[in-house]
Amino acid sequence: MATDNAPFVRLAGIRKSFGAVQALAGVDLSIPAGRMVSVVGHNGAGKSTLMQVLAGTLAADGGEIRIGGVERRAGYDVHAAQALGIRCVFQELSLCPNLSVVENTRVVHPGLGGFGWRRRCRALIVEALEAIFPGHGIDPDRTAGELAIGQRQMVETARAFTEAGTKVRLVILDEPTASLDADAASHLLRFTGAARAKGIALVFISHRLPEILGHADEVVVMRDGEVAGGGAARDFTEERLVELMGVVREAASEGGRAEASVGALRVEEAGTAGGRLPLRLHAGEIVGLGGLAGHGQRAVLQAVFAAAHGREGHWRVRGSVAYVSGDRQSEGIFPLWSVGLNTTVSRLRALAHAGIISLWSERTLAEEWRRRLEIRTPGIDRPISSLSGGNQQKVLLARALASAADTILFDDPLRGVDVGTKRELYRHVAEAARAGKAFLWHTTENIELENCDRIYVFHRGTITDEIPRAELSEERLIRASFATGMSGATGMSGAPGMSGAR
Amino acid sequence: MLAEIRLPPASPRVLLPAAALAAMLVLIFAMEPRAMSYFGLTLLLNFALPAVFAATAQMAVIAAGDIDLGLGPFISLVNCLAATWLTTRPAAGIVALALLVAAYAAIGALIHLRRLPSIVVTLGASFVWLGLALLVLPTPGGSAPAWLTTLLAVHPPGVPLPVLVSILVGLIGWLLLMRTSYGTVLRGIGGNPRAVARAGWSLLGGRVALYAAAGILGVLAGLALTGLNTAGDATVGTQYTLVSIAAVIVGGGEFVGGIVSPAGAVIGAWIMLLTGSLLSFLDISTDWQLSVQGGILILVLGLRALEQWRAA
Repeated sequence: MATDNAPFVRLAGIRKSFGAVQALAGVDLSIPAGRMVSVVGHNGAGKSTLMQVLAGTLAADGGEIRIGGVERRAGYDVHAAQALGIRCVFQELSLCPNLSVVENTRVVHPGLGGFGWRRRCRALIVEALEAIFPGHGIDPDRTAGELAIGQRQMVETARAFTEAGTKVRLVILDEPTASLDADAASHLLRFTGAARAKGIALVFISHRLPEILGHADEVVVMRDGEVAGGGAARDFTEERLVELMGVVREAASEGGRAEASVGALRVEEAGTAGGRLPLRLHAGEIVGLGGLAGHGQRAVLQAVFAAAHGREGHWRVRGSVAYVSGDRQSEGIFPLWSVGLNTTVSRLRALAHAGIISLWSERTLAEEWRRRLEIRTPGIDRPISSLSGGNQQKVLLARALASAADTILFDDPLRGVDVGTKRELYRHVAEAARAGKAFLWHTTENIELENCDRIYVFHRGTITDEIPRAELSEERLIRASFATGMSGATGMSGAPGMSGAR
Repeated sequence: MLAEIRLPPASPRVLLPAAALAAMLVLIFAMEPRAMSYFGLTLLLNFALPAVFAATAQMAVIAAGDIDLGLGPFISLVNCLAATWLTTRPAAGIVALALLVAAYAAIGALIHLRRLPSIVVTLGASFVWLGLALLVLPTPGGSAPAWLTTLLAVHPPGVPLPVLVSILVGLIGWLLLMRTSYGTVLRGIGGNPRAVARAGWSLLGGRVALYAAAGILGVLAGLALTGLNTAGDATVGTQYTLVSIAAVIVGGGEFVGGIVSPAGAVIGAWIMLLTGSLLSFLDISTDWQLSVQGGILILVLGLRALEQWRAA
């Protein structure tokens, strides 16, 4: 095989930017056939972007992609990647919920049509499921939507290893064990050995460092869109990985914000299930929810929001609550309304007298917030779609602040906002907190956590650390995000002796 | 009769409407035993033909996660063309019908390429179809081609024509959409378009295929209606828009997510049709038919929501 002398994949100097944000700043990566390379890094380190470039779903801005010893130039896309035997397992995203397991297998094999395709697909997927997850108990005629999340993940993983026509050469496993139980996860990890023995190269992305160190052949650590280090997995320890993932920085260098004067309790967990650290939020406080994206931070925000409206008993919330989403297109703005209407919509009840909205007070309110947040628009009657993304996000913040809510929930609201606007908004948030508002702020950008008084770090749905701002360091943050150095390295039980407080 | 509609193995969604239809038939037969005969069924189900074609046309669009609000007027337009051009200038008539199918495919392409909401595009198209129908035939009239009326008056041995055609439509639809591999991909588009595209399929091609199928079935619905009415009328098809949507949903389909079933759509069309007969056998004015049809739709959706709520 040609792959004996040259690695199956060699990426050199891969660059990719999204607007002003550089996601990949010249990344080198080689993946030999029959080896498992693990890519680790914190939020925004560039792992997903790199994998998308490799899978052909995203075109790189620059750099060299060599696969199977041949340079792939412009035009390297999903089709090309698939024809080369590159498969990608996304996190339970790429099954059609209305199709059966068998039919979903057919969708990824364009060459599998013709008479008797159902039988062939069934044989393929059943064989792969049996090989990877013996005793999986999945009926291949069930529709994907009927399966539990773990089962869907199993089907997706197994499907990536089915072969029809093209041989599987490389499988990218993006957090493949995230929704599997311990049994299935160990089956999968054992199977990666068998796959490697067949010459299949694997990329393994996981937030469970013991899994990586115990099973990968090589480790590549990414930070800020670059490779921060790497080598044979056996030469690494969890300590060393954490160290490479983030430079230990001086905590909260920008001393702009004085210690918060802690006021009345606004949000509190009533009885902590699963023994995690209890979450509390006081008036005048900015509390950050950190950790890797998708580890339960959003669930907390949504639960608090539901509790404030009496639909959830697990949280005690005092006062009113407003929610600012980072997904402004789908759950933020009213795209056809003006800037002014988008600002005041949260306050209409207070603006109305006997059910009739006073247009004059509405305008005054909108003008006031435009001035206070310096929203750049020629006038509040302009459509919101005429604003830049950052200014649209300002309008959403203005809406939350104008609503007079006591607590404001931030669901990564500054995603994709330029640095200048971010700075301004940080200032406004700090100002509002001084005036007694409480903020619960989920962000995927660690640097943003420096604006918080306290940070709760999440790992797999539980809080693994509570960091006061004075003690915030990237190292401690990453350690808690990956739940290393805690009792029971999986982090399921949280820190000892600190649970059950209520 | 129902047993002949071969159901896919895992489709409790279709079994429920099938049971409802069976109950309706039993009720009708109990009240009017003569309806159980060959000619009784032919009379009872005559208008099942356009309804079945319309329901499967709508189903093809709903499979892509879209909805077609222009189907009724489209059927009217086909009816007007069939009662005029197809009789007097058959060649021009056939070309016109082929162009209509192409127009449907083009609507599918437009919706996909411009990312437009199908509900708006097809609503706009409905006015175009109505306008064209009025241009072709300003006042009700014309006459169906003789071959078409003869075709619809055929009495096949053993099984009445509407029953036979319904079963065939359900069976062919099931084979094409549920059993062929490309049909599976087409349904996948309604379920998770990104996944289908990522696997290397053309979403444009899929949508065009589904809309073209809807166009063909819409033309068949219009022709069947013409053969039964033997004349043209620019407003005759209007009701089919909502009846077809209701038939798909009552037959186990969903508005979103590519969850559809050809057998279910056929059964749904029968249920919608038989509400009228049931009312007249019960001595209730058929003016209530639309209300009853709407009521059934709300009932089905309500029960389904209840089911999901209980399952959650």
